Amino acid sequence: MNPDIIKYKTGEKILLKGNEAFAEGTVRAGCRFFSGYPITPQNEIPEYLSWRLFEVGGTFIQAESEVSAINMIYGAAACGARALTSSSGPGISLKQEGISYIAAAELPFLYANVMRGGPGLGNIAPCQSDYFQATRGGGHGDYRIIVLAPDSAYEMGNFPKLAYDTAEKYRNPCMILADGLIGQMMEPLEFNFDFVDVEKIPTKDYVVGNCKGREMRVINTLHMSTDILEKHNWDLYRKYEKIKSEFTLFEEKYTDDADIVIVAYGTAARISMAAIMKGREQGIKIGLLRPITLWPFPEKIISQLAQKTGKVLAVEMNTGQLVEDVQMAVNGKAEVYFYGRPGGNIPTGDEILGVAKEALKMKNVEPGRINVLNKI
Amino acid sequence: MKREYKRPEGLSKTIMRYCPGCGHSIVHRIIGETIDELGIREKTIAIAPVGCSVFLYEYFNCDSVQVAHGRAPAVATGIKRVNPELIVFSYQGDGDLAAIGTAELIHSATRGENFTVIFINNAIYGMTGGQQAPTTMPGQKTTTNPFGRDPKLAGYPIRVCEMLATLDGPVYLERTAVNKAVNVLKTKKAIKKAFQLQVEKKGYSLIEVLAPCPTGWGISPLKACEYVDKVMIPYYPLGVYKDLTQVK
Repeated sequence: MNPDIIKYKTGEKILLKGNEAFAEGTVRAGCRFFSGYPITPQNEIPEYLSWRLFEVGGTFIQAESEVSAINMIYGAAACGARALTSSSGPGISLKQEGISYIAAAELPFLYANVMRGGPGLGNIAPCQSDYFQATRGGGHGDYRIIVLAPDSAYEMGNFPKLAYDTAEKYRNPCMILADGLIGQMMEPLEFNFDFVDVEKIPTKDYVVGNCKGREMRVINTLHMSTDILEKHNWDLYRKYEKIKSEFTLFEEKYTDDADIVIVAYGTAARISMAAIMKGREQGIKIGLLRPITLWPFPEKIISQLAQKTGKVLAVEMNTGQLVEDVQMAVNGKAEVYFYGRPGGNIPTGDEILGVAKEALKMKNVEPGRINVLNKI
Repeated sequence: MKREYKRPEGLSKTIMRYCPGCGHSIVHRIIGETIDELGIREKTIAIAPVGCSVFLYEYFNCDSVQVAHGRAPAVATGIKRVNPELIVFSYQGDGDLAAIGTAELIHSATRGENFTVIFINNAIYGMTGGQQAPTTMPGQKTTTNPFGRDPKLAGYPIRVCEMLATLDGPVYLERTAVNKAVNVLKTKKAIKKAFQLQVEKKGYSLIEVLAPCPTGWGISPLKACEYVDKVMIPYYPLGVYKDLTQVK
């Protein structure tokens, strides 16, 4: 490897937008193929990669559509490249066809959804409206995507290595679910992993090309026999159960003595921390559970914390999506509250502290039901 | 006695499941022969489409990727850019290539991607049971044109070679047919040339092959071959639409 392509030393303090940190992080993690289509608020990713991939001898293609972009990824992943695409909600919707095929073919690749307001064209402001789309597979058929939710430029820059390693370990697509604020915000960060030498990534035993001395290889998602497809479905199921048991990440803060726990990810978690710190100054004990993997969902720890505190508050930038997973994790054993700001509006720390106080005061609440604290 | 007419090594031993009189198996054999003659089997990747030729990956003795309807040129782009030494061909029918995959077709062509597209134009959707294709002839009856295709309601057939010839990206575009021996030989020549150009890294080529579909058209194999001559070729004239290798 030519050392000139290493742009930043490991641990070196730098200042980048979340989207740029992500783009550099993917190259650093071994990405050498990008195809995508412009959409706000993720445009810094393709713009950065259009010159950066050139520097490292990779391929950058601005595709004619999101649909084409994801199918180029299918081809690149079939050859074993660390491939990447990025988009925002409307574009991810178009990519779902290809994502379903790639998940069915069990090829690893990485994609990012820098979320904006929806549904439809919505707007370009930060939002968390695509949680369902991300965590339920998204396209047609019975499959799952590993979903990582960064809350900072630091995690945008460093998650790509984790994402590629995990995707390749399980031969499954992995996505980064960020939002417009995480993508656009400029923050100091450093890379916590060394620049990956792509020459040293082991060759995979499933890639196509150069069939000399072996049987032909087919990457295929068509199984006309119902028995074969059923077996394939159960094989995938077992893989997803394995991922669930081995790869669930979360961050816990101030939960030891908490009277209520906020469950929030990404931007909503960052702002919830402001509410928690202000609350602590006033003697109000709020804790935070931040899921880092949205699928697999950290249901066990949420169940434990719910039983300990008796009150759980989901804070989201939508009208209530993650809260349904919280409700399932709580399983009727604690009170479930929800506060959301959809449409691209972002809640303030004071708003969140206010609703947490309200939830703490509420009595005779039926456990397990979702109590919406927005005044609507 | 020496056996001259053998199954090409480029084809697998699987029996093809095409109807009697169908053009697909002829074109498969031509591609198999081409793979053998150019000695490229071990580095060839076939892109299998959606349509009657969906099981293409069972018929060729090389690595392959089965892809979504119309997306073959995008997948081929990804493969070829990651590994430019591979020989990649997409094999697509008229619905796959000229309806749902029109964007992928045009943009891979205009980028001049160095792969080969084999386009089977039989003017109908075969596998789904004989519905209207973008290349269905005016007046032709299909299961979704019970009164015959009326261009005023269903538009006109698309001439793919003529359309792509307006682009600067492609290197070689030719339309042939497989309805009679002389046309089969010309198809072989065209397909081999297209693969040869890819081997030489000359760029994008597409061979459109007019093929009979007796089952979809509801006529005998013999009548289907006549239909190609009498109805299709006048609308889709055979010949070379672009050949940059001839330009000095």
